[in-house]
Amino acid sequence: MALITCEALSLGYEGGTVVSDLSFTVEKGDYLCIIGENGSGKSTLIRALLGLKEVSRGKIRYGDGFSRQGIGYLPQQTLVQRDFPATVTEIVCTGFLNRKRFSFFYSEKEKKEAADIMDKLSVSSYKEKSYKALSGGQQQRVLLARALCAAKDLLLLDEPTVGLDPLMSATLYRVIQQLNREGLTIIMVTHDMEAALRYASHILHLHKDTSFFGTKEEYDHCQVCAQFLDEGETPHD
Amino acid sequence: MTDFLSALASFFSYPFVQKALLVGSLISLSAALLGTTLVLKRYSMIGDGLSHVGFGALAIATSFHIADVAVGFALPVVVIAAFFLLRLSENSKIHGDAAIALISTTSLAIGYMVMHKNGTNVDVGNYMFGNVFTITDSDAVFSVVLAIAVMLLFLLFYHKIFSVTFDESFSKAIGVSPALYNGMIAVLTAVVVVLGMRMMGTLLISALIIFPSLTSMRFCKSFFSVVTVSAGISLLAFLLGILLAHFLDFPAGSTIVVINALFYLAGMIFSKIRSRL
Ligand SMILES: Nc1ncnc2c1ncn2[C@@H]1O[C@H](COP(=O)(O)OP(=O)(O)OP(=O)(O)O)[C@@H](O)[C@H]1O
Ligand SMILES: [Mg+2]
Repeated sequence: MALITCEALSLGYEGGTVVSDLSFTVEKGDYLCIIGENGSGKSTLIRALLGLKEVSRGKIRYGDGFSRQGIGYLPQQTLVQRDFPATVTEIVCTGFLNRKRFSFFYSEKEKKEAADIMDKLSVSSYKEKSYKALSGGQQQRVLLARALCAAKDLLLLDEPTVGLDPLMSATLYRVIQQLNREGLTIIMVTHDMEAALRYASHILHLHKDTSFFGTKEEYDHCQVCAQFLDEGETPHD
Repeated sequence: MTDFLSALASFFSYPFVQKALLVGSLISLSAALLGTTLVLKRYSMIGDGLSHVGFGALAIATSFHIADVAVGFALPVVVIAAFFLLRLSENSKIHGDAAIALISTTSLAIGYMVMHKNGTNVDVGNYMFGNVFTITDSDAVFSVVLAIAVMLLFLLFYHKIFSVTFDESFSKAIGVSPALYNGMIAVLTAVVVVLGMRMMGTLLISALIIFPSLTSMRFCKSFFSVVTVSAGISLLAFLLGILLAHFLDFPAGSTIVVINALFYLAGMIFSKIRSRL
């Protein structure tokens, strides 16, 4: 059975339905990119997959390989109070909590892993700094590092490259590709079409009634997407 | 000087003083540990609301002559109220702060009404402002056990409490249930409020919870340092407070709060000066 199966899924808020009648599957080891215009329900879908948002109709089924203990998540927005006292290391390490019961100390192995991840994302130089004193892009890297610490089986990223400089974006895509090759399942929301088409194995394109789901190759031949790409280019006239 | 030292030595030799020191230190520590999370979650008002509910419960227990088990009666009442207040403040559709104010004033009113009807021998001032030197032996044992339990639970789940305080959605996504840990914080707060009421009184107990954390947040940048420093501040303020109260004949609870306020002021000035440098 697939890792995640969505059957005729509908999601909405009090104001109305956002996603309707959506079906798709995610297999272990897939690299799924979710694309679509602003407000098409990408973040809502991610939150529903994580159980943070209730489903209005349809069903999400989770396969055997699915466990909370292996999920990493990067929210699109994290509202942190302006004056919250927390260092980068403290925040990154909370990624390990999905696998811990009582937790006064982190193991040496976890500390080492956190240090490696912080190195990869170039966070190490400010790891003892206060989170609130960092720039927006630096904060994004910290939350990415936390997500990577948590992700053993499945990584959900909601617009991970927003706010990152081009060099860091490229690094991030490389790190994620590497993790995917090692067997990690990736679900990523992005507006970066080029990256989506380069790295993804599957594409889910959310669009009111005509959502598309399929492999990247199938996507290259479909209608909606061509339209979407055209729309994206019109302002250049 | 030697006079002072010998006065100090004789002060510490009284059993009732030793009892007050032990109970008071443990309660001060557990209150400070919880304070950081409560302040950061904007739950400070819950502590205050709970203390008023506690007053009502204690008043009713005393009036019906079950004073011996007054704390045992107040504890479950306040724990239930804690869950209720938590729900109210999480539900954004209701004005949480207004609801808390309603509940706390109503409890206060009912408590005083019952007290008034059932005789004049009950000392209202004692409930309002507490007295750390008149704690009974059974209350002392009860307080020590519960305060240690609160601290142990807090330490055991320290990182999860931190995670839930920092970012609820991420925590929930990775299976660290915010509902569970928020509930735990609410119950622990209820316990500390009930224990602290005998010592600090209804009106002052919430100061014991929030002041040390607010002070340490002025100059600490990690969550860990805020928690440990506020525990230290709380203990220090308690010890200083109880000494001053004894030698200058001030009420202990109020003195502790005033010292905490002075510490806060000092912290504020310190952080202002540091940011200028
Ligand atoms: N908490 C909420 N309450 C009510 N409506 C909401 C809420 N969150 C989102 N919506 C609505 O749901 C729709 C989808 O929102 P969502 O955040 O999922 O979009 P998105 O595809 O992630 O957009 P973006 O590309 O801007 O991130 C939007 O029309 C939005 O107005
Ligand atoms: Mg979004």
